[in-house]
Amino acid sequence: MLFRGSVLYNWIGLFVFLACLTPIFVLTYDVYRELDMPGTVFGADPPEEIVHYLGKWAIRLLLATLALSPLSRLFKWPHLIAWRRVFGLFAFCYAVAHFLAYVTLLVEFDMTSFIGDFVKRPYITAGLLALACMIPLALTSTRGWQRRLGPNWRRLHRLVYVGGVFGCVHLLWLSKGSYAEAVLYSLILATLLGERIVMFSLRARGRQ
Amino acid sequence: MVIGRSNRPKSSEITPEKVYISRREFIGASTAAIALSGAGASALKKDWLTNKQIVRSSLLAAESITPIEYVTSYNNFYEFGSDKDDPSNYAREMRIDPWSIEIEGEVGKPGKLGIEDILTNLDLEERIYRHRCVEAWSLVVPWIGVPVKKLLDRFEPTGHAKFVEFTTLYRPSEMRGQRSFFSGIKWPYVEGLRLDEAYHPLAIFGVGMYGKVLPNQNGAPLRLVVPWKYGFKSIKSIVKIRLTRHRPRTTWNILQPREYGFYANVNPMVDHPRWSQRTERRLPGSLRGPNRIETKMFNGYAEEVASLYGSMDLRKNY
Repeated sequence: MLFRGSVLYNWIGLFVFLACLTPIFVLTYDVYRELDMPGTVFGADPPEEIVHYLGKWAIRLLLATLALSPLSRLFKWPHLIAWRRVFGLFAFCYAVAHFLAYVTLLVEFDMTSFIGDFVKRPYITAGLLALACMIPLALTSTRGWQRRLGPNWRRLHRLVYVGGVFGCVHLLWLSKGSYAEAVLYSLILATLLGERIVMFSLRARGRQ
Repeated sequence: MVIGRSNRPKSSEITPEKVYISRREFIGASTAAIALSGAGASALKKDWLTNKQIVRSSLLAAESITPIEYVTSYNNFYEFGSDKDDPSNYAREMRIDPWSIEIEGEVGKPGKLGIEDILTNLDLEERIYRHRCVEAWSLVVPWIGVPVKKLLDRFEPTGHAKFVEFTTLYRPSEMRGQRSFFSGIKWPYVEGLRLDEAYHPLAIFGVGMYGKVLPNQNGAPLRLVVPWKYGFKSIKSIVKIRLTRHRPRTTWNILQPREYGFYANVNPMVDHPRWSQRTERRLPGSLRGPNRIETKMFNGYAEEVASLYGSMDLRKNY
């Protein structure tokens, strides 16, 4: 059964699961209100708001996923590691939702201009690369695949770092006017990646 | 009633209903004390707008006017914060009465005057303009104002004047964005135009919109409106006007010179380094989609302003 062996199969698990779903609940409620009274919820630019909201949660959950290992090392809580799959898959789901929202709400369906704009907006390419990094990770997230890939599983899942970097570049490149949010997430990512670099170089030195 | 001043037939001869209604509101408003409503608008003690002769010379954009609630709640006015709803939430903290404007530089009659005195005996006009932000969204706004030339001429610019420099209020106690550590902008906000651009009939000083005085978040009590350029050129809440011999250094151009130029003419063929300028989102968007339209050269005012630029390379002079 899908959940029986999972870390989610208890009250804490249920709480975390619902917490990760909360942005979707909020968005659904907001969309319902907007349909009821247009113009009152999302301001002048609903497509931009919605796409940005979903993207924001995708990157936040990705950063949360990346924070679990350092936190487990810091507080000596080994059971935190098991939560990586839950948060990682939620990050992936939000990234997919963000992409789908972008495609349905913001893209023009005139093919020539679609290609042209694609070329002229490198931040879109960065976003697509970030999503592309996450797809194999989502597909191989099960224990079955972990067994099948063996030691290569760890190597494949290092793509999450690449995905994080592309995600931050995507956000930095599209920031208009205020960079504050993009810089914040980039600094957090840099810290989380930096911690690993420091950790592993210390360990490597320790083994010598 | 004066119809559009251009004699070139527009694609729509029908006055959009909202234009018609706003004109009627205007006539009613101009003969009585104006009660100000709308998010962030503050009531001026001196109703200098009431006794003005409103000349309804309008440049019809042949599109529909953006409903006022969007224009007053979706703003880039970083003096109050960088979110689109920060100005409508916090601009009320700015006191706009009393307000004086300093005129200095290459002028025969420099001085610091109260805004009521600057506007004495100047007929206000209504201008319905497209407003195009560099971020690729746009609005249609019925401004009320005076041509820049009419106002500046009173101060007798000298023969040496080649440019005009404008400065926004710097008052961190009332403009929380200016207090912020993360603002990134060196205050006060400065913008500028070549003198011939400023003297063009399309360029106005805006003092009102939708038949009423400007709300704070839209740049009260006096702002610039240069409709053929990106919105960041239309500087808000002006406190100083300086006529200069040399091109002024403008805020966004200092901050990000590769992305924001001095001329900033709306040009679908010259992209922003990070995104295309070929299209824009005409607000408001809806859940169905963003209402994307093609951006026109000089924001659709090419016929009126292209001659200002002659053979200038607009890619180099972005």
